[in-house]
Amino acid sequence: MAVSSDEPVIRLRGVVNRVGGRLLHDHVDLDVYRGEILAVVGGSGTGKSVLLRSIVGLMRPAEGSIEVLGRNVMHLSESGLRALQMRWGVLFQDGALFSSQTVAENIQVPLREYTTMSQRLMNEIAAMKLSMVGLPEDAAQKRPSELSGGMRKRAGLARALALEPELVFLDEPTAGLDPISANLFDELVRGLQESLNLTVFMVTHDLDTLKATADRVAVLVNKQLKIGTVETLRNDSDPWIQEYFSGPRGRAALAS
Amino acid sequence: MGSSDDATEIDTRPWFDAEQRGRTLYLTAGGSWTVRHAAMLDPQLRAIDAGHVSDVEIDGSAINQLDSTGGWLLVRTKMTFEAAGIRASVFTMPELYAPLLASIEREHVTLPVKIDEHVTLAAFLERVGRATHNVAIQAVGIVGYIGRVTLEWLEAFYAPRGNLRVTALVHQIEDVGINALPIVGLLMFLIGIVLAYQGADQLKRFDLEILTINALGVGVLREIGVLFTAIIIAGRSGSAFTAQIGTMKVNEELDAMQTIGLNVVDVLILPRIIALVIALPFLTFYADVMALVGGAVMCYFDLGITIPMFVRQLHTAVTVNTFLVGLIKAPVFAYVIAMVGCYEGMNVERNAASVGKLTTRSVVESVFLVIVLDAGFSVLFSVLGI
Repeated sequence: MAVSSDEPVIRLRGVVNRVGGRLLHDHVDLDVYRGEILAVVGGSGTGKSVLLRSIVGLMRPAEGSIEVLGRNVMHLSESGLRALQMRWGVLFQDGALFSSQTVAENIQVPLREYTTMSQRLMNEIAAMKLSMVGLPEDAAQKRPSELSGGMRKRAGLARALALEPELVFLDEPTAGLDPISANLFDELVRGLQESLNLTVFMVTHDLDTLKATADRVAVLVNKQLKIGTVETLRNDSDPWIQEYFSGPRGRAALAS
Repeated sequence: MGSSDDATEIDTRPWFDAEQRGRTLYLTAGGSWTVRHAAMLDPQLRAIDAGHVSDVEIDGSAINQLDSTGGWLLVRTKMTFEAAGIRASVFTMPELYAPLLASIEREHVTLPVKIDEHVTLAAFLERVGRATHNVAIQAVGIVGYIGRVTLEWLEAFYAPRGNLRVTALVHQIEDVGINALPIVGLLMFLIGIVLAYQGADQLKRFDLEILTINALGVGVLREIGVLFTAIIIAGRSGSAFTAQIGTMKVNEELDAMQTIGLNVVDVLILPRIIALVIALPFLTFYADVMALVGGAVMCYFDLGITIPMFVRQLHTAVTVNTFLVGLIKAPVFAYVIAMVGCYEGMNVERNAASVGKLTTRSVVESVFLVIVLDAGFSVLFSVLGI
């Protein structure tokens, strides 16, 4: 397990989100500490991705405050947000690679935008990131449409890591992967978290991922977050949480 | 880099020192070896002259911040020395970063990727070859497709088995016909104005401005009316066909239809084709009227020709045949536009980018074919003496 310090990297206080007039989050509080992997789980449509999107500044909550790395995301200027964005990486559900570019070019997009590196060094770094996420070197020249779902996610992760972020957001990292690829991806996340000392905020459905990677779990039920470890949450009385952890899939995942 | 004040305090300027003593190069490094400074470090590291040394000792114990980019620079420097036959006898790094460096070195043994530059002659020839091949494939595909749809057509005609979806057909007629009235009407009205103005301007010099109406009448009824309507509809409905069917394909809706036993041609393609074949002649008629109205308005203001005079002159200038010669082309153009639109829609691959690409292609192809066919009609009519 990674060492968690007491410094919160992400701090949500009283966050309220409404989407299309529907209340999704009702005064949600959350702290994510440096060096931990926090997983957000919850039923479909409860607003897990909305939570992620509001933390990275893609949408604005109706109320509350969101601090990331000590900065209030909601009151940042354009340039302040830009500076903050350099310090985090986001992996979207299907990788969200730019389809007109090769994988290597995708990884180099942030490097080209924010640094003045030579093309030669950027090529070396793209190759290094590819090997870090476990992709073969020949993937560098491929276009996203030529890759499998799992490879796209790995390439998306490589792009998210290009600027050496302290904080990584993962949206459903294992959704749509076969169990073997999903296990490998869990190991990859855990391994990278340890070697690069990342803080990871992930949204997931996958109980195996929870068990394999998450230090702490935040469950989104009744528009609120219940936070704990897998062990403490299993004993929670909430019916949804009970069903989630003690249903057949939950038991199978946690038994092993 | 830009983010000055929120950079952590330990982020200090990286440095390194290369000093040669005897046949050993002592490389000491310190500071923050991070991605922010990599652009500066990279050329300096490449420029280290290690001409006459046999050993190199790398001491990075003064490094206080290291990420994988900085780690790569160090590892690469070491590997470059080793590749040149220089022994890296010492490689000291802060304990904290040992696992990171180890994994970079372990995993990164292959040569860095070479990014294709896309500018060589060979690449250009390859693109030309690929494009030619694609055109050939495309031509074969469209012939096959026309054959298939025509067969379904004939079948729907001779052995009806409920192929014709009346509800879908009516809906499509509304969509491609009635909903297109405002745009077609406005544009044709304006085109009528433009044509009348240009004609009047030229014919005034010969005191023949009354013949503006002849030019306008014949031009609009025989050519401009149907051609412009077809082009507007290709842009409006042909593209919509491709986008609709393409999106359904991306969404696997077409596959779902097939597994349920619905015939995609019956359900999606025939209603669109028939609707457009029915709607375009009506739209053409409407477009002709609007263009003549526009021309009449211009004649009134520019030449002082009143509406009754305009109508009388038009009556002498054109016959019903003039109008029919234009109108007869409409169903043919409609058939081609709808065919191309649906065909390209069926060709969409299962990604979003492909929908946009093929929609563009569908419009370009149908406009191209409409103009080619129009030229063909002109030749045909001149041979027939119509």
